[in-house]
Amino acid sequence: MLKDITLGQYYPADSVVHKLDPRVKLLWTLVFIISLFVFDSVGSYLVASLVLFGLIRLSKVPFSFITKGLKPILVLMMITVAFNLFLTPGTVLVTVWKLKITEEGLKAAGHMAVRLIYLVMGSSIMTLTTTPTSLTDGMEKGLRFMRTFKVPVHEIAMMMSIALRFIPILMDETDKIMKAQKARCADFESGNIIQKAKSLVPILVPLFISAFRRANDLAMAMEARGYQGGEGRTRMYPLCYEKRDRMAYVVLALYVVVMFIAARFMTLKFLMGLVG
Amino acid sequence: MSIIKIKDMIYRYLKVDDEGNTQMEEPAVDGVDLEVQPGEFIAILGHNGSGKSTLAKHINAILTPTEGTVWVDGHDTKDVSKLWQIRKAAGMVFQNPDNQIIGTVVDEDVAFGPENMGMPTEKIRKRVEESLKAVEMWEYRSHSPNKLSGGQKQRVAIAGVIAMHPKCIVLDEPTAMLDPNGRHEVVETALKLNKEDGVTVLLITHYMEEVIHADRVFVMDQGKVVLQGTPREIFSQVETLRRLRLDVPQVTMLAYELKKRGIELPDGILSLEELRSELNKLAGGKRV
Repeated sequence: MLKDITLGQYYPADSVVHKLDPRVKLLWTLVFIISLFVFDSVGSYLVASLVLFGLIRLSKVPFSFITKGLKPILVLMMITVAFNLFLTPGTVLVTVWKLKITEEGLKAAGHMAVRLIYLVMGSSIMTLTTTPTSLTDGMEKGLRFMRTFKVPVHEIAMMMSIALRFIPILMDETDKIMKAQKARCADFESGNIIQKAKSLVPILVPLFISAFRRANDLAMAMEARGYQGGEGRTRMYPLCYEKRDRMAYVVLALYVVVMFIAARFMTLKFLMGLVG
Repeated sequence: MSIIKIKDMIYRYLKVDDEGNTQMEEPAVDGVDLEVQPGEFIAILGHNGSGKSTLAKHINAILTPTEGTVWVDGHDTKDVSKLWQIRKAAGMVFQNPDNQIIGTVVDEDVAFGPENMGMPTEKIRKRVEESLKAVEMWEYRSHSPNKLSGGQKQRVAIAGVIAMHPKCIVLDEPTAMLDPNGRHEVVETALKLNKEDGVTVLLITHYMEEVIHADRVFVMDQGKVVLQGTPREIFSQVETLRRLRLDVPQVTMLAYELKKRGIELPDGILSLEELRSELNKLAGGKRV
């Protein structure tokens, strides 16, 4: 049962986006998200949509996979939209009972919805096209400058990759503990939420103990193999920028410029003028 | 020069009570003397709690002796500045295969040791390839370790150690959590490394069948070495081994029982073939 949960959501395919250096993808995602919040005109959203859907096509990931990520945030999105819709003061359009929908509210709600959807879709492209391992590698190398601010970048990356390695092992273990306790008449299914949560305690305690034991063993094994932190460590597969990665950076710079121009000049009025 | 030299070693675990007072416990290893020559295959046998794993951890400088000295490749393990030389010289394979694999892919895990040593990329790849081939796991290089069997995982762990080119490998009960097939795979791999590549091997185990190929066997009980010698010498002393709560291999047991009932067999028969040929001799040409 627990084995069915796939780790991360990597979608293997042979595409340019998959092959890009993880650092490129990280920066792209970051810049894309920031751009959504900084530039809010119809024109810049148009540009962002073009880029987003272009990237999805390029990544060869089925569209349904990308929209899957939207489900968990649906509730959050509805609340945000509702708040924006009803609580923004301005020229009143419709009044329903005590709630007033304003022109400004409608605008803000629309912006918020687009931002959130694009944010999730944009980061989904990254997680769907990058394996968890190369993502941590990319973070380690890409965030190396943070070391000057005393952030233990290597240690964090190492912890993340160890966590990734141990998730399936601990899942198996949970499964085993649950089976062992079910065999002794533990009941995990009936009762209300509180009772169900309570019945999880006897699973969590042995799980934690075993996790600590494993951590202890692993630390010893790492030391025995000469691990002494990130200093002086080399890599078997070092991250190297290739031509396509440099190209991607150029495209990213272009994207920012175009977004900037679009936000300045391609306002709704301008677009209306074009049509009319 | 001997690769491992242990002299009068005593190790006590510290016990801390509720008030934070420390007090010495009974020694886990109590006055062990041991010397290993390069290229030897040494087996250390012992019942649970005999101190054999504690002893093993001293060879990799994970623990340092309370009293006495341990030299590995000429370095005193108490010398902190020599720690990494010692760990480079003596690799260690642990009991639980899951808890010693660090990488999420087989080849990344094997590369972990060489990466820590700061080797250039090309050299790491070469080392990974040769070590995975040595343990016959090269086809599995891009697999996730979670999908491998216990014996395969333990072979990956061995590859991870030999990729660092240690002079000596300590295997601390590497087969305790494996099924008979996996056990066979691991012991065969250790033997092959010893015979073909001349790596010194220290195999710590409580399975008697695994020590019959060793050059020398040490039997530990309550922190002391109580017996030492070649496997044949050790297994001749069936009564002593039984008293130490150790099983002798089935064949040896059978030969021992037959001898007790008056059949003229030599002491310490280790394999089925040996017993068969001895019985054939007795039968005087008639086939058994």
